[in-house]
Amino acid sequence: MQNKREQKKYRQYDQLVKRLTPGSNYLQGYVRAFWVGGLICVIGQLISIAGEEWLGMTDASASMLTSVVLIFLGTTLTGLGVYDDIGRYAGAGSIVPITGFANSIASPAIEFRREGLVLGVGAKLFAISGPVLVYGIVSSIAVGIIYWLAGRIF
Amino acid sequence: MNQTLFFKNRIAVRSRASMVGPKEGKGPLAEYFDVIMPDDLLGKPSWEQAESEMVRRTVLMCAEKGGLPAESISVVLAGDLLNQLMSSGFAARELGTPFFGLYGACSTFVEGLVLGSVLIDGGYRENAVCAASSHFCTAERQFRFPLELGTQRPPAAQWTATAAGAMLLDARKENAPAYVTHGTIGRVIDYQITDASHMGAAMAPAVADTIMAHFQDTKRDFRDYDLIATGDLGWIGRNLLKELLIQRGVKVDDEKLFDCGANLFYQEQDPHAGGSGCGCVASVTCGYLMKLMEQRDVRRLLVVGSGAMLSTTSQQQGESIPGIAYAACLEGE
Repeated sequence: MQNKREQKKYRQYDQLVKRLTPGSNYLQGYVRAFWVGGLICVIGQLISIAGEEWLGMTDASASMLTSVVLIFLGTTLTGLGVYDDIGRYAGAGSIVPITGFANSIASPAIEFRREGLVLGVGAKLFAISGPVLVYGIVSSIAVGIIYWLAGRIF
Repeated sequence: MNQTLFFKNRIAVRSRASMVGPKEGKGPLAEYFDVIMPDDLLGKPSWEQAESEMVRRTVLMCAEKGGLPAESISVVLAGDLLNQLMSSGFAARELGTPFFGLYGACSTFVEGLVLGSVLIDGGYRENAVCAASSHFCTAERQFRFPLELGTQRPPAAQWTATAAGAMLLDARKENAPAYVTHGTIGRVIDYQITDASHMGAAMAPAVADTIMAHFQDTKRDFRDYDLIATGDLGWIGRNLLKELLIQRGVKVDDEKLFDCGANLFYQEQDPHAGGSGCGCVASVTCGYLMKLMEQRDVRRLLVVGSGAMLSTTSQQQGESIPGIAYAACLEGE
C-alpha cells in the first residue's frame, strides 16, 4: 500500500516535470541537421569527383581520398575549436558524417593531453568512439559469417 | 522529525568573497563579484589546478576582507564537484589551515555554512571560512564529454558555473551585516528522476522537503522572509519547486522566490535552464545576496543549497538521481 502510494507520487511528479519542461524544437533541428549534413556530403562528393576527374584515380582510390580529406578537415576544425560550435548548431548533421567520427577521436585527445601521452591520450582516445568501433566490428563479423554461409548454401 | 538547528549564539557573517569565470562575468550579476577571471586557467597548466587556485584565492581574499590574518583561520570547510574533492583538498594543502572537506554536490556551500555555524556556536572554533567552487571545464570532463565534442544539449540542461565563493563566520561581538540564526539539515529525497541532464527536476523535491521542514520547525512561512534563495534549480526547477510547495499547501510569494542559477546568466548566453555547480550558490550568495543584506534591502534571507547526489557510476548502472538540500537562515540587525 505504502509502496503503491509512493509510486503514484513519483508518477504524478514525472507528469509535472513533463508538463513544465519545454521540449526540443525538432523541426528546427531537422532542418539544421539536413542542410549541414547535406553540405558535408556534397563536399565529400566533390572531393571524390575531383580525385577521379583530375587526379585520374580509380573509384576505390577516390573514396579513400574522400575519407582522408574529410577526416583531416574534421580533426583540424576540432583542433581550432570550431567543430563543437558546428555540432551545437547542427546536431546529428555534423555527428553522423565521417567528420563527426574524427571529432569524437580528436576531442578526447585534446581533452586528456594533460594526463600524459599514455594514460591520457592513449587510454582515452576511443572513449567516445570506442562503442561505435566495438559494435561496428562485431556486426561486420556477423555479416561476414552470414555472407559466407549464404555463399555455401546457394 | 526535527531537522532545524537553532543557534544559541550570534554567528556573524564577518566577510565574504567571490570569484567567477569570464562567462559569468558577462552575466547580469557581474558587478557584484569581487574578481572576474580573465580566462579559465588563471595561469595554471590545468583546469583542475585553476579551480584549486580559485578556492585558495577566494578563501584568502575573504579572510583579508574580514581583517583576519590567514594563519588565524581556525577552520576551512570547503567542497567541490571533483572526485576526491581535488580542488578543495589541494587548495587546503596550500592554505595549511585546519580543514574539513565536504561533499554535498551543489549544496556544499550551504552545508558548510550550517556546519561552520555549529562549530562556532558550540565554542569549538573561533571562526570558520565556508567555501565552495565549481569549474565548467573540470565538471564537463568528469561528468559529461570532452569540451570540443560537437554535441547538443537538451533545453533542461544546465551550465556548470566557473565560480567560487567564501564566507567568514565568527562569534565576535562587533556588528556584522548578517547573522546565521538557523540551519536546516536536509534529507536525501529521490523522486525517481533518471535524466542526468535535468538536475532541476531531480533536486526540486529535496528543496521542497527542506523548506517544508524549515517552516514546520520554525513555525514560519513565506511572509517571515524577505527572500528565499535556492541554489541552482534553474528556471524549470524553480517552477517545479513552486508547484510542489503549492501542492503542499504553502502560500508561495513568487517575487520572494529567487534562484541563483536562473539569474547567473542572460538567456542570450545560452545556459539553457540556468547555471549550476557548487560555485553557483556560493558566488551568488557571497556576491549578490550578501550585498542585498548589507544594503538592508533584505533583512531576513533563507538560502537553500541543493545538490544532485549522482555519480557517473550510479548513472551508468541505471540508478535514479537522489537530491539533497540544506537551508541556512541569515538575518540582519
